[in-house]
Amino acid sequence: MKMKKTLTAIALGFGILAGAGNAQAAGGGPKPPTIDWSFNGIFGTYDRAALQRGFQVFRNVCAACHSLDLIAFRNLEALGYNEDQVKAIASSYEVTDGPDDTGEMFPRPATPADHWPSPFPNEKAAAAANGGAAPPDLSLITKARGAGGDSALRVSLFHPGGFPLGADYVHALLTGYKENPPEGFELPAGKYYNEYFPGHAISMAPPLGEGIVEYEDGTAATPEQMSTDVTTFLAWAAEPELEHRKNLGIKVILFLLVLTAMLYALKRKIWSDVH
Amino acid sequence: MSGGTSNFQSNSRVVNWIEHRLPIFSFLDSQLHQYPTPKNLNYFWNFGSLAGIVLVIMIVSGITLAMSYTPHTDLAFTSVERIMRDVNSGWLIRYIHMNGASIFFIVVYIHIFRGLYYGSYKAPREILWMIGIFILLAMMATAFMGYVLPWGQMSFWGATVITNLFSAIPLVGDWIVQLLWGGFVVGNPTLNRFFSLHYLLPFVIVGLVFLHLWALHMHHSNNPTGVEIKDEKQDTIPFHPYYTIKDMYGLGIMLIFFAFFIFFAPNYFGHPDNYIMADPLVTPPHIVPEWYFLPFYAILRAFTSDYWVYQIISLGGGLMSAKLAGVIAMFASILVLLLLPWLGEVPSALPLLLLGVRDRLRHPRMGRRPAAGRRAGHDRPVVDVLVLLPHHHRCAAGRHPGAAETASGQHCCIGYQCTPGGGVRL
Repeated sequence: MKMKKTLTAIALGFGILAGAGNAQAAGGGPKPPTIDWSFNGIFGTYDRAALQRGFQVFRNVCAACHSLDLIAFRNLEALGYNEDQVKAIASSYEVTDGPDDTGEMFPRPATPADHWPSPFPNEKAAAAANGGAAPPDLSLITKARGAGGDSALRVSLFHPGGFPLGADYVHALLTGYKENPPEGFELPAGKYYNEYFPGHAISMAPPLGEGIVEYEDGTAATPEQMSTDVTTFLAWAAEPELEHRKNLGIKVILFLLVLTAMLYALKRKIWSDVH
Repeated sequence: MSGGTSNFQSNSRVVNWIEHRLPIFSFLDSQLHQYPTPKNLNYFWNFGSLAGIVLVIMIVSGITLAMSYTPHTDLAFTSVERIMRDVNSGWLIRYIHMNGASIFFIVVYIHIFRGLYYGSYKAPREILWMIGIFILLAMMATAFMGYVLPWGQMSFWGATVITNLFSAIPLVGDWIVQLLWGGFVVGNPTLNRFFSLHYLLPFVIVGLVFLHLWALHMHHSNNPTGVEIKDEKQDTIPFHPYYTIKDMYGLGIMLIFFAFFIFFAPNYFGHPDNYIMADPLVTPPHIVPEWYFLPFYAILRAFTSDYWVYQIISLGGGLMSAKLAGVIAMFASILVLLLLPWLGEVPSALPLLLLGVRDRLRHPRMGRRPAAGRRAGHDRPVVDVLVLLPHHHRCAAGRHPGAAETASGQHCCIGYQCTPGGGVRL
C-alpha cells in the first residue's frame, strides 16, 4: 500500500513537474484574470447563445482584418445553426473560384463547404493595410496563447499559483486597453497601450467599442459582454472537438475505473495463495 | 535463453505439428508463462511492461497519424489541423500520440529510477542495463524529431537550435549539420528526413527492446532485496498468471492517468507557440524543448565562455568552444550511465538518486529560464553528473557490505554525512 502511494505521488509529481502551463511569460505585464468559462472543467460545454453572439461579433468586427482559415461554413452547425441557416450565412459571402473553361477566375457565392474567406488576398496585403503588421489568423488563437488551449489541470511546478488559459489572455487583451499609458511609457505612433499585450504597445485599435454590435438576441452589447462572447467563439474555433472530447473522456475514465477495480480484485484473488 | 523450463504438452495435432517444426509454443510457454519471477517484486517492477505497452500505443497511433499527415513545410501545420478537425477521431489519435510521448518518458524515467534505486544494473545485468540506455537515447532522438513534424514555431526553432549543436564538433561538424538539414537551412528537406527517421526509429527501439528482454530473460528480474534468487522453487512464481494480472492492474492505473491528459488537459505538456505556424523570420521569445529534455537543455546552456567549469576543462578556453563543451557535457550526462555497473559495487545507489532526482527536479526550471536569466545554480548539473556522481559511488561502495544487511561500521567521505540507517546524505 505504501508502495502504491509512493508511485501515485511520483506519477502525480511528474505530471505537475512536467506540466507546461506555458503561460505567456514574455513582456511582463499582469497575469490575465482567470475567467469561469462555460467550457472549463471536465464537464464544460460551449454556451450556444454566447457562441452565436460571439460569431456575430467576429463577423461584424474581427473579420474585417483577421482571417479564420481553419473554419469552414459547414462547421457553423456546431454553433446551433441548422443547415439552411448555414447555407444562408455562406451565400452572403463571396469567394473566388476557378479557373473556368476560359481560364478566368470568377467570384461566386460561398457554399457550406468553403472555408471562411480572408479579408486580404495575401499576407503582404494584410500587412500593408495594417501599418506593417499582418493581423494574425484567429483559428487557433486561444491555443497559441496562455496555457495552450483548454486544460482541466491549472497548476504546474512553473506556475504553482495556477496559470491562465489562452481564452483568459484573449479576453484580458480585448478589455485591457488604457486610454493613457502609465507615466514614463513611450507609446510609438500608431500604437495603442494594452495592459496585457507583451511589450504593451499593440497595433490593433481597441476593437470593442460600446454598441459596435447590436445583438440579435437583445443582450446588451457591453465591451465586457462582447469580449466574453467572442472569446467563447474563438475558443470553439480553436477546439471544436472540446465537447465531444470531454464527453468521451468521462465515459472512458469511468470504464477504466471499473475495469481497473475488477483487475485489482482479480489480482488479489490470484495472488491470495502466494506467501 | 536460460530460465523458464517448459513442460509444454498439447493434445492438438495442429499445435504439435507446428511445434515439431517451429517450437514457438514451448518458447512462449517457457518465456511468458512458466518464466520464473521473484515473488517479492513491488509495483516499481510494473514500469518495464508499461513502457512496452506505451511503445505499442505510440507505434499504432503514429502509423495512423502518418496516413493523414503531409511532411511538407507548406502543408504540415495545416495537415495536422485537418487531422484535428476533419479526420474521424483524428483529434483523439493525435492527442494520444502527443501525450503518449510524455507518458512514455514518465514511465521510462520511473523505470530507470527503479533500476538505479534497486541496483538492477549490477552483474550479471550490465548489458541489460546498457541496452536500456541505448533505448533511452533512441527514444530521445525519436521524440525530438517527432516534435518537429507539426511544423509549429517551437518545432522549427527547436530543430534549428538542436541541429546547430552538431556544428560544434570539430572538422566534420558543419558537414553533419548540412546532412541533417539536407541543405543550408532548416527547411523542407529537413522536415522530410525527420519524418522518415521518426517513422524508422521506433522500430529500432522495438529491436532494442527485444535484446533488452532477451538479456532480462537470461538472469531474470532482480528484486527489491538486492539478493539474488537462490531457491527458485521457493522464491519465484510463474510469470503467468501472477505477473500478467499484476501488470494488467498497473496498466489500468496508468491508462486512467494517461486518459486524464488526453481528454481533459491535452496540451498541458505542450507549448502554446507550437500552435503558431513555423516562421523562420520570427524568433519566439524563449525557445524551450519539451519538458523531458529540460534537464539536458539546462546542462547544455550552462556552458558559456565565462563558466568556470568550462574554463577548467578547456584549459582556459583553448581546447574547445563553450558550445562543444556543453554538447559533450549533455551527452556525457547520459552516457556516464553506461559506466554505472563499473563505478563501484554499489549496493544502494541512494546518494546518486538523491542527486539525480534533485537535479532533475531543479533543472527543468533552469532549462526554461530565458537565456539572460542564467543563475549560479547552473553549475550544479555538470559538477554533479561528471564529478560527484563517480565520487558518490566510490564513497557508497566502500561502506555497505551488502544490500540485504544494513551497514554497520561506516566511514564517511569528505563532504558527506552518514545517516544512522546506513544511507548517505549530501
